[in-house]
Amino acid sequence: MKRMRAFIQKEFYHIFRDRRSLLILLGMPVVLVTLFGFAITNEIQNADLVVLDPSKDEMSTEITRRLVASGYFDLYKEAQNIKEVEKSFIFSKTKLAIIYPDQQAKDFQKEGYAQIQLLADATEPNTATTLINYASSIIKDYQMEVNGLQGRPPLIQPEIRMLYNPQLKSVFMFVPGVMTVILMLVSAMMTSIAITREKELGTMEILLVSPLSPAIIVVGKVIPYIALAFFNTLVILLLGTYVFGMPIEGSLVLLLAECVLFVLTSLALGILISTRTNSQQVAMMISLIALMLPTVLLSGFIFPIESMPWPLQWLSNIIPAKWFIIIIKNIMLKGTGVDFVWKETLILVGMTFFFIAASVRNFKIRLE
Amino acid sequence: MNDSIAIKVDAVSKQYNDHTVALQEVDLEVRRGELFGLIGPDGAGKTTLIRILCSLILADSGRASVEDWDVVKDYRKIRSNIGYMPGRFSLYQDLSVEENLRFFATTFGTTIRANYDLIKDIYVQIEPFKKRKAGKLSGGMKQKLALSCALIHKPKVLLLDEPTTGVDAVSRKEFWEMLKQLRDKGITILVSTPYMDEASMCERVALIQEGRIMDVASPEEIIRKFDKELLAIRTNKMYQLIGDLRQMEQTHSAFPFGDFVHLATREKIDETSLRQYLRDKGHTSIQMKPIEPNIEDCFMDLMI
Repeated sequence: MKRMRAFIQKEFYHIFRDRRSLLILLGMPVVLVTLFGFAITNEIQNADLVVLDPSKDEMSTEITRRLVASGYFDLYKEAQNIKEVEKSFIFSKTKLAIIYPDQQAKDFQKEGYAQIQLLADATEPNTATTLINYASSIIKDYQMEVNGLQGRPPLIQPEIRMLYNPQLKSVFMFVPGVMTVILMLVSAMMTSIAITREKELGTMEILLVSPLSPAIIVVGKVIPYIALAFFNTLVILLLGTYVFGMPIEGSLVLLLAECVLFVLTSLALGILISTRTNSQQVAMMISLIALMLPTVLLSGFIFPIESMPWPLQWLSNIIPAKWFIIIIKNIMLKGTGVDFVWKETLILVGMTFFFIAASVRNFKIRLE
Repeated sequence: MNDSIAIKVDAVSKQYNDHTVALQEVDLEVRRGELFGLIGPDGAGKTTLIRILCSLILADSGRASVEDWDVVKDYRKIRSNIGYMPGRFSLYQDLSVEENLRFFATTFGTTIRANYDLIKDIYVQIEPFKKRKAGKLSGGMKQKLALSCALIHKPKVLLLDEPTTGVDAVSRKEFWEMLKQLRDKGITILVSTPYMDEASMCERVALIQEGRIMDVASPEEIIRKFDKELLAIRTNKMYQLIGDLRQMEQTHSAFPFGDFVHLATREKIDETSLRQYLRDKGHTSIQMKPIEPNIEDCFMDLMI
């Protein structure tokens, strides 16, 4: 026990004396969460809108007013002819143009039917689709009101409610994702580096030629990073809830317990990597390429797993991050208890044991 | 097993994955309480042999034991009872002198105070710097700290891999004095070094080259065995001199030693004709004198 304590103390000395690494370890979560939360977002606000409205009747002005009032669009320019519309697409950041017919209101009253043209800049397909959707629904709303006033009942009116994230905030997507990535990064990369550093500096040679058992070396390496990763978890959760308004509907204790579990999984993975490599650089490359990329790409963090081809869907099952993201989304957004995430939890527990067993098997009690 | 043998190596061979042969059928016995030198050039297999003895690597064939513990089977026993100092400085550079020492003491289940008497003579020299980070120490002080750490658990056997490499001459001399004191306290010490002049500090030495032990004897014996005539020669063209001497028929070997070239011949050579030979080759200000062999001459002789 004394040996373990001395080892952990030594490990903390390493962590706290390497100021630069410590700063990266503690600063990275804050920077990443803020970056992802603010900058990388699917929501579009204040897109430039160009209007070509020759008639300026009550209907067209009302629609334009509603578009601008929605906050999604800024009225960039009122064009006089179609040429000007085209120009503004080419020479400015115009994303959407709306073109009304000459006598829209009259047509509508006479024939009960009018056409509006929406032009979108599809060089960014996602943005274009999203803006068209925004505009269409605003126009539809207006149409429904007009119809209602005239007493004509709508045919089929879908009523939509977005559950658990009613405002479709992308932050709700990113905070769990970023949390997963950061915990993975801190845990796996840092432990794998911490152990390979001893190999590189030759201190592993001395540790091996001492009565320290592999278990003490491995556990002694892991414990300080559990503490560090737990601290990071708290920072991310605080940022998520207080800066981005991310809810924690479920039990906080359960959430933290699941975070510790995932940290353990990642740490075990880091140790497994370090048992197979001899240099810090290789360990870092493996952590980055073999862990970070799948974690970002295949965990459902950015791309929905359901829309992947089946080999990738299948592959995503062995990514611990996938299960962790499911768990924390359930707890934070849906407020479910352990009875709904026990399956995913068990998978993570199983993975952790597998990694630890593989690490101990692979831990070399000799050099080379 | 013989009571007086501390380290026994029996027909140990080792080949690395890239097919370099590190050790070939090495036999060696180090007596208990002996200061034993393992001497040979870089790449001779010194480090490999020491690592096999500390159970850090496995031999391909043969057996080795330290204090009757087999290096494969009883590796745990060996690891808690030997002191090992690797060739490269391998302490924690970001820990202070005191923290390093305390860490290794705890690792071996002891304390600095319990074994202070053993390391006292060494540690007092670095104690003024005990708050300093190990990485900031000078080469000589690093060696003293590493030795203190290797000694902190009162090992029966001390295995030192090139402890004096990269250390200044004064520190080297001090270091050997410390080793002698430790030997007097009953610790068996196996130390490897590429410096042949250090052989005279040991009680017995083994000369190792290309994975083979060439000779095991006391330094005096090795000098006694030397059966060649030796001349120290110096001229104005030292570089050319070696080549010219090696071309001669009678020459056994010619190696530079400091300011002189030592010429070894099987039979006594006539100095006047040698002078004439060198003058013909264009050498001037020729000095030469017969000398007694030192340990380095003997090694050079054994190695070729």
